[in-house]
Amino acid sequence: MSGSAMLEVRDLSKHFGNLRAVQGVSMTVAHGELRAIIGPNGAGKTTFFNMISGFFPPTQGEILLDGQAITRASVTERVGMGMARTFQITEIFPELSVRENLRIAVEAQAGMMRRFWASRSEAAAVAAETDRLLAQTGLTPSADRLVGELSHGDQRAAEIAMALALKPRLLLLDEPTAGMGEHETYQVASLIRRLHKQSNYTIVLIEHDMRVVFNLADRITVLEQGAMLADGTPGEIAANPAVQAAYLGSAE
Amino acid sequence: MSGHATEAPPVAAAAAGGLPRRLAGLAVLWLVLATAPLWMPLIGGYDALATRVLVLGLVAMSFNIVLGFTGQMSFGHAAYFGLGAYGAGLTLKFIAASTPLALLFGTLLGGVLGTLFGLLIVRRRGVYFAMVTIAFGQVCFYVAYKWNDLTGGYDGLRGFQRAPLHLGLATIDIAASSRVFYYFVLVIFALAVGAMALVLRSPFGRTLLAIRENERRARFLGIPVERHIWLAFSVSCFFAALAGSLYALLNNFADPLALHYTLSGEIVIMTVMGGMRAFWGPLLGAAVFVVLQDYVSSMTENWMSIIGIIFMLVVLFFPRGLLGFMQRRDAR
Repeated sequence: MSGSAMLEVRDLSKHFGNLRAVQGVSMTVAHGELRAIIGPNGAGKTTFFNMISGFFPPTQGEILLDGQAITRASVTERVGMGMARTFQITEIFPELSVRENLRIAVEAQAGMMRRFWASRSEAAAVAAETDRLLAQTGLTPSADRLVGELSHGDQRAAEIAMALALKPRLLLLDEPTAGMGEHETYQVASLIRRLHKQSNYTIVLIEHDMRVVFNLADRITVLEQGAMLADGTPGEIAANPAVQAAYLGSAE
Repeated sequence: MSGHATEAPPVAAAAAGGLPRRLAGLAVLWLVLATAPLWMPLIGGYDALATRVLVLGLVAMSFNIVLGFTGQMSFGHAAYFGLGAYGAGLTLKFIAASTPLALLFGTLLGGVLGTLFGLLIVRRRGVYFAMVTIAFGQVCFYVAYKWNDLTGGYDGLRGFQRAPLHLGLATIDIAASSRVFYYFVLVIFALAVGAMALVLRSPFGRTLLAIRENERRARFLGIPVERHIWLAFSVSCFFAALAGSLYALLNNFADPLALHYTLSGEIVIMTVMGGMRAFWGPLLGAAVFVVLQDYVSSMTENWMSIIGIIFMLVVLFFPRGLLGFMQRRDAR
């Protein structure tokens, strides 16, 4: 691991009443790293993710984005500081075309969202950036279709494209291949690989598909019952007896 | 939902239909409106009825900024409409015999009060949003109803007349001629819906679609959802109040029923019947509603039950409203 941390999580906990959903988890993600978070169902992965993305505040602990504390920042503030996320259940604008979905995201990033007009050159710049994102995520052929009509994999690609439109410094992907068949999983995994290898995004993802995790991740964090069980390279994690016992052995 | 997913939304439908088709549609629409006083008598109508269509069409289109474009259910839009009516009437009665001033003050009264009220409700959603908006409307209704000295109470506000327009060299007598007044309202209507279209087709307008489609995604794009709902509500209230001001000028009268939730409900009916996903849908809904009301109420006192049945049939068989249905069939 080299360079300063893009994301640093210190001793993060979330309690819902008596339930300790996440308990004292720390994690450091370097610039340009792809980190996978794995763990059995109910391990607290999504809760952990929701605290990082600002869905709800932690009970205790600290979150730093590129050195700046964001523990209590709102979602809007976090997006402004360069954080974007996708959801386990794709969150898109189903009755708008793919192009409209992306255009809204591009305009939001450009700070135009409170504007009642756009000059010809601004509109052209938005259109060009939208086209670039369509091409980057392989959605150019379906640009003018309603996003709600696309295949599961393409909808996920559209959601990722919307996140990319925000020019994020940190991209959070919650189970990007959830509920997908073989072909779509491959399609989404290759998109993520391209984003990581070619475009150098820093990515943190939750994923259940172990082939995807071990193919993509630079490092893996394993959660179990809200606590951190292990943290290391895919090789280290695969060889870790505690992980094998708790998760890999039983799950697949 | 599966039925809806295959239907094109206004934006995509317009793109599919192409620009020429859209311009042709607009040309027909404005031609119909511009010639309304000429053909209205053929179907038993008259100038004031045509003006009523425009005025209620304008309030329904204003309401649709919140319902159809932002996806929030306001059930008290009569409040801002009625406040506009009282604002205009009170101006003419107590301040000055000036039509422009009446429109200005009426629009400001409804728009500003609606905007302030909007601050309180933007965190409410769904049925709570609807209930609080009804309650505000009823508060306004009872104030107008009880404040006899100022508003005329139950009998309504009388004793004012719309004043002729003085434009430097010429004077346009909108007071004496209902036909001239129709064209005056048509000009205001055109300016208002033009401004509305600019707002809805702007980057800001697209954030409203985003909120309607998926509030969570909108928030995670960095859109301050509450503030944008509030802005949309505010814009909607100003246009609704403008429509209300015109309504007072049309009738030379403002009454508490213009604030009542039954009118709010009628605005919802016009909008949904005409098609809330289409920009012009509420105007079509208002036209059908107003003309039917005029016909049926001359035959029976139970006109609302007839309109109720028609409304139910439209919702059951054309869930996208009359215009939504026509556009969809057109796109095939």
